[in-house]
Amino acid sequence: MAEYLLLINTDESVYAQTDIDMTADHDAFRARHADVILGGAGLYGSDTATTVRTDGTGNAVVTDGLFAESKEVMGGYYLIDVPDLDAAIAVAKDVPAYRGGIEIRPVMVRN
Amino acid sequence: MSAGANTAAEVAAAVADAHRREWAFVLAATVRVTGDLDDAEEAVQDAYARALETWPARGIPANTGAWLTTAAKRRALDLLRRADVSRRALPKLVGIEGAAASAPPSPLGARDAPDADDAENSVVADDRLRLIFTCCHPALAFEARVALTLRMVCGLTTTEVARAFLVSEPTMAARITRAKRKIAAAGIPYAVPAEADIRERVAGVIDVVHLVYTTGHTAPEGTSLSRRDLTERAIELSELLRLLLPKDRDVAGLLALIYLTEARRASRTDADGDEVMLEHQDRSRWDRAYIDKGLALLATAVDGAAPSRLTVLAAIGAVHDCSPTWEQTDWRRIALLYDTLLAVWPSPVVELNRAIAIGFAESAQSGLDLLDGLAVEPSLVRYPYLQAARAGMLVRLGRRDEAVAAYDEAIALSGNKREQDHLRRQRGAAGGFSAFG
Repeated sequence: MAEYLLLINTDESVYAQTDIDMTADHDAFRARHADVILGGAGLYGSDTATTVRTDGTGNAVVTDGLFAESKEVMGGYYLIDVPDLDAAIAVAKDVPAYRGGIEIRPVMVRN
Repeated sequence: MSAGANTAAEVAAAVADAHRREWAFVLAATVRVTGDLDDAEEAVQDAYARALETWPARGIPANTGAWLTTAAKRRALDLLRRADVSRRALPKLVGIEGAAASAPPSPLGARDAPDADDAENSVVADDRLRLIFTCCHPALAFEARVALTLRMVCGLTTTEVARAFLVSEPTMAARITRAKRKIAAAGIPYAVPAEADIRERVAGVIDVVHLVYTTGHTAPEGTSLSRRDLTERAIELSELLRLLLPKDRDVAGLLALIYLTEARRASRTDADGDEVMLEHQDRSRWDRAYIDKGLALLATAVDGAAPSRLTVLAAIGAVHDCSPTWEQTDWRRIALLYDTLLAVWPSPVVELNRAIAIGFAESAQSGLDLLDGLAVEPSLVRYPYLQAARAGMLVRLGRRDEAVAAYDEAIALSGNKREQDHLRRQRGAAGGFSAFG
């Protein structure tokens, strides 16, 4: 088994839509994949983000906003435990996603 | 072949033959032992090197694939024993553990690799399919899929793959290494995909094989019109897919297209290696066996299925193959097939070919009008065939000066010397003279 992080990237304009119920969609998704989901959460919007930039010499600068500006913003994540990438892709295809996409990142194995 | 000494030339030929026929089989079986593509590759290479060393004295074995598999597996076990476990930063390939446990490699003992027992190796046909699907996984970049398939399934060296795709060897080596790393780190399974995904995944494999074929059919650069090394690998890959997936219609369509195109290979170039246009080809030299096999496969592929890019291309090839002379070509049917192709696979190159077909089905003027309309297509601006096709229509309309100018443009745009020579001869026939010959 291997762990994968599913990063949910969404065009934030969908949050304004009243015809979708994200909470219900994600509850249903969690129920469908309860056996493989290790964790996950939704995130507050990009207007609440804070970035700490470091230059590698101990200097840090705190700024308002996302690390990288883009149309789609990470709006949540799931950590799953499945046999392989094909299984991870199958779960990712089932994540409630409105406009955007799911980035699948294998979690590093530590011995 | 029998036990006993063989000449170096016999051995070299046998090893080359085994390399072409058995590489995927040997590698796929060895991956079971290593659980890692890199180690398996090294072990298989070593087995082929050992064959070159030992076969001259001991004789070429009756079953070269089995001999090589046994030698490669033994070498793989050596590598695994010697390897420091902690050096392994990447996980093993996913999906081989269960099967590997149920079919352990044969115990070691004899100094020389004996012919392995066939029972063990007969299950491995399915492993080649695993290897193909792993190399063509959609999580890999398309160019990496093509490179990996040629390296791992066909056994081309990195140098050969680099040459085929006109990139430097370090670039190609990096591309292949990165792809292998991703397979291990991302957990791309060494497995045949689930039933629900198989059609989509087979389509991905077909795209890779088709690209290998088309790249070989008209080499984009160089001094020979086609690259037999690539077209032969594509034929072998398609035949292997057909063998492993006998019920898949898309695979049948791919092989139909390749056979129906390959049927004309002998007449495509003259004794000097120069290109001969379809119009002037000696149709008696077309390969009837390929045509018959291609037509039968095409019938299988289209039976009740919606047209696909490959089956329509195959059908166009079939119209040419079945036409007794150039003059009797059913251009209306070809033009209609290009209409269908445009619907399933819109592309400026398809529009170009449709224009040529209409130029023959209707008139040179209507063909030329359509071609001129395509001149603004950004993707065709540097495409030599557009100017060559225009030149052909202009010749038929008696507008020789314009035809010569169009040939000159086509020559300047082509990167293949044979193609340029051919265009020069056509320009000569159109009445142009040039100091450059």
